[in-house]
Amino acid sequence: MLTRNLFGVPYTGWQNPLAELNHMVRRMDQLTNAFFGRDVRRLAMPKVFPALNITEDEDKYYIRAELPGVKPDDLKLEVTGKSLSIAGERKIQPESDNARYHRREREAGKFSRAVVLPGDVDADNLDAKLVNGILTITIAKSTATQPKQITIK
Amino acid sequence: MVESKELQVKEKQEVETSAEQTTAGLVFTPEVDIFETDKDITLLADMPGVSPDDVSIDLTDGVLTISGDVKPWEGAEESDVLVEFNIGKYYRQFTLSDVIDQDKIEAKLDNGVLRLILPKAEKALPRKIKVTAG
Repeated sequence: MLTRNLFGVPYTGWQNPLAELNHMVRRMDQLTNAFFGRDVRRLAMPKVFPALNITEDEDKYYIRAELPGVKPDDLKLEVTGKSLSIAGERKIQPESDNARYHRREREAGKFSRAVVLPGDVDADNLDAKLVNGILTITIAKSTATQPKQITIK
Repeated sequence: MVESKELQVKEKQEVETSAEQTTAGLVFTPEVDIFETDKDITLLADMPGVSPDDVSIDLTDGVLTISGDVKPWEGAEESDVLVEFNIGKYYRQFTLSDVIDQDKIEAKLDNGVLRLILPKAEKALPRKIKVTAG
């Protein structure tokens, strides 16, 4: 689809000239979705497994990935500066020898991905959990970059 | 052990047909493995984001329906930075050729993977017939 190529693919970095446009497009999507009652968001096409959703609020970044069947022990997370790397392996245990397969769609394998977060983070203030196959990493934004409330006397 | 290759990103497949939706939201087809032994049929389905309480399994007239509801797991206060996958429910139907012993169906959901064991009913089990000479 042309629109996807225009807005989805060129995610080359955070200094993306299309970022502002992307934001507007997303905003419009939200409005149309609110109207039609569908929570569909325009996707940036991921190139590397796993696909990530990154959101933020005032003081945290939330990085989420769908990793069904991946065990916490098989995951390795690292934060270096603004960059977060997620590596691991999805293992599928072999079943009994006389199992005859009708469908085999699930895949096992290794993965490794790094993303650069848009702002500075406080690597010591990090939380990661894996619940129902969803990995959620919460990283606090560095206090230096957080807006400070200034009280006027 | 399955050989260890690099995992590729696969786009989640939206359910295309049937089952008119009464609720809003996307519905995806979960990826499954299905295998059969002499005693049972086992189905494994990837349903990330579904908690054990939200899975429903139905077997009527040889049609197996699995569906999983997903509660939104993102906070309302959060704004998007990067979105690469959509969140939605799961739904898939299968027609089973064997007769299943409905009382003995086992299902468990572990870390987003549903494992469903459908034991074949006694009469569907292959039976050895002894031929006697005479």
